[in-house]
Amino acid sequence: MSTTATQAFAGAGAAEDNRTAEQRVEGAMSAFAKSFGATVAWNMESCIHCGMCADACHFYIATEEAKYIPIWKAEMFKRAFRRESGAFAPFFKILGLKKKVTLDDLEEWQELLFDSCNLCGRCSLICPMGLEVAELIEIGRRGMYEAGLAPKELAERAALQAETGVPEAVEKPYAELLKEIGEKHGVDIALDKAKADIMVCAPRNDLNRNPSSVAAMVKVLNKLGADYTFRSDAIVAENYGYYAGSSGLQKTIAKRVVDQAKKIGASLVLVPECGHAYYSLRWQAAELMGETLPFKVRHVTEYLAEQVEAGKLKLNKVDGLPTAFHDPCQIVRKGGVTEAPRVLMSELGVNLKEVFNHAGFSFCCAGGGGMNDIERTRPLRLKAQEIKLREVDDTGAKRFLTTCSDCRVAFDDAGEHFNWDKKTESLVELVADNIKES
Amino acid sequence: MSILEFSRGPMLHFALLVFVFGVIWRLLAVVMLGFRKKYSEDRHSNDKALMVGTATCGLRSWPHKEFIGRTAFGEVVGYGYHIGMFTVVLLGAPHVIFWQNLFGVSVPWWPTLPGAIITAVSVLTVVLMLTATVRRYMHKPLRQISNFDDYFTLAILYAIMISGIWAVLGGPGRYEYILAAHIISFNLLLIWFPFGKLMHAFYIFPTRFVNGYLHAKKGATT
Repeated sequence: MSTTATQAFAGAGAAEDNRTAEQRVEGAMSAFAKSFGATVAWNMESCIHCGMCADACHFYIATEEAKYIPIWKAEMFKRAFRRESGAFAPFFKILGLKKKVTLDDLEEWQELLFDSCNLCGRCSLICPMGLEVAELIEIGRRGMYEAGLAPKELAERAALQAETGVPEAVEKPYAELLKEIGEKHGVDIALDKAKADIMVCAPRNDLNRNPSSVAAMVKVLNKLGADYTFRSDAIVAENYGYYAGSSGLQKTIAKRVVDQAKKIGASLVLVPECGHAYYSLRWQAAELMGETLPFKVRHVTEYLAEQVEAGKLKLNKVDGLPTAFHDPCQIVRKGGVTEAPRVLMSELGVNLKEVFNHAGFSFCCAGGGGMNDIERTRPLRLKAQEIKLREVDDTGAKRFLTTCSDCRVAFDDAGEHFNWDKKTESLVELVADNIKES
Repeated sequence: MSILEFSRGPMLHFALLVFVFGVIWRLLAVVMLGFRKKYSEDRHSNDKALMVGTATCGLRSWPHKEFIGRTAFGEVVGYGYHIGMFTVVLLGAPHVIFWQNLFGVSVPWWPTLPGAIITAVSVLTVVLMLTATVRRYMHKPLRQISNFDDYFTLAILYAIMISGIWAVLGGPGRYEYILAAHIISFNLLLIWFPFGKLMHAFYIFPTRFVNGYLHAKKGATT
C-alpha cells in the first residue's frame, strides 16, 4: 500500500512516525501479545475455519464480500500468534506455514479492523466453537494503534479526550452547554457539587444534537429527588481510546471519570444513553485500572427500571402506537442490559413489536465501534443499515425507540438517506415525558 | 518386518507419543499464559456463571433461531460427518477391538453396530465430507479463510475413511496393504493432530465454557 494511503488512514501520528516498518510491526505485535491471557489464546487456537461468523455479520450479509468475515479481520494477529508465540511456533516458522506479518499486511487490514467492524459481538454468538471473535478484533485494534495505524478520526479524538476530557474541538465547554440545556428546557441541572451520591455523565452526541435527551434524564433524576451531579471535568463518559484501540488513552480517559466519582464520594456512576460509554466504563474501566471500583456503574435505563420496580417512579401509559425497539449491542448483547428497557416500556404500556433479531441478537446500528466518526465508512454503513430498517418496517411499527445516542446518530443518517418514515427516539425521553404526578 | 507390522507397531507407538506429548504441550502453552483477574462488578454470581458456562458447552451445538436460516446446511454437513466418524470409530467392531487392545482393557459390554450399518455410515460420512470439501472450495468466504491445515486435515481423513471402506468391501489390492494404508493414515492423523485444527477436539469445550462463563458474569447474551 502506498505511503499516501497509509497517511490517509493513519492516526497516532503515523505520518510523522520515524520508526522503521519492522519497529512498527513489532509495536503492533507487542501490544497484541500484552493483551491476552489463556482465554484469548484459546480463542486464537480454536478456530476451525467454518466461516459461520460471516452469517452473523451485517457487513458480510449486506455485501457478501468475503473480506468482511469477522474472523478474517483477526487473521494477521492469529497468524502472528501461531508463528511467533504459539506452542509450535518454530514448526510453523521453519516449514513456512505461517508467513511473517509485515507492515503492508497491517495496512491492508486497517479497513477490516476499523472501517468494517462495529465491535458489536454478534459474531461471538454464532461461533460453534464459542470464540469471542469481537474481542480478537478489539485486541487487533490495539495492535494497529501501536503500529501507528489507527484511523486519524479516532486516534486524534482519543488523544484530545485523554488530554482535555473532551473528544472534539468545542466552541463552548460542555459545562456551558449543560447550563444552556437546563435553561432552555426549564430543568435545574446539578453541576460540580462537591459531594453527591450519583455522578452523571452525558453523551457528546446528545449535548450537541439531542439536548432534549439530556434534559429528559435530568428531569427524571430531579423528579426522583436523586442526589446527583455532573462534573465539569468528566461530563462525557464515552471513550475514544476504546474505539481507537489505545489501552493507554482508554485508561487515561476512564481514569478521569473514576477520579471524579471518587472525589465526590459517589456510590453510583450513571451512564447516559450511550452504548460504548456504558461498555467501556462498566466492563473495561476496572480491568484497565487493575482495581475494583468503589462505586457501581449503571446504564440510565437500569437505574430507571430499578426505580420503577421499587415503586419510586410511576409512569403514565402512552398511546397504543406500534413501537419497535433497537437493542444497542454494547448495552444489551455485550453489556447485559436486556430487561431494563423492556421493564420501562412495559410500565409505559408501549405496544412493543419486537424485530426478528432482537435483544442479544439485534443487528447493530452499523455506526458503532467508531464508524460513525469515519466518513469514508458511510456507504458500507448504509448497506448494513438497510437490513435493520427493513426489519423494523417488517414489524409494522410506527415508532422506533432506542437507548443509545450513537445508534440514534447512525439511524438518523440512514433515515435521511433512505427517506425513512420513522425518527429514532430516546426511551429516556419517553419516560421523562410520561412521569405520573403523584 | 512387514509394512502392516510396522504400521501397527513402531509407527503407531511413535504417533501415539507425538499425539500425547504434542496435545499436552499445546494445551499447557495456552494455560501457562495465565488467567487474568477480573475487577468489574459481576452482574451474576459465580455459581450462575458456572452453570451457564457448562450449559454453553452443549447448547452451542444447536444454532440460535436467529442464525439457523443461514447456517443450517453447513451445520448439518459439519456435524453430520463428525457424528458419522464417531459412530464408525466407536461402534465399528474392528475399531472396538483395536481400542481394547491399545488400552489393554476388556470391555465386554462395549456395544457394536452390524458391519453393514457401519459401512453405510462410512459411505455417508465420506459423502458428507465431500460436500464439506466442495463447499469449502466453492463458497467464497470459506475458501478465503481456508489454509493448508484445513485441506491437509481433510486429506488425511479421506485417506482413513476410503482405505477403511476399501478394506471392508474387499477392493482391489492385497488386504494387508490396504489395512496398512488405513493404519498409516490413522498414524498420520495422530502425528498431525497437535499441530493443526484437529486440536479443536480438545479446545471446543473449554472455549465454549469460557465464553458462556464470562458472558454470564456480565449478563451478556450467550
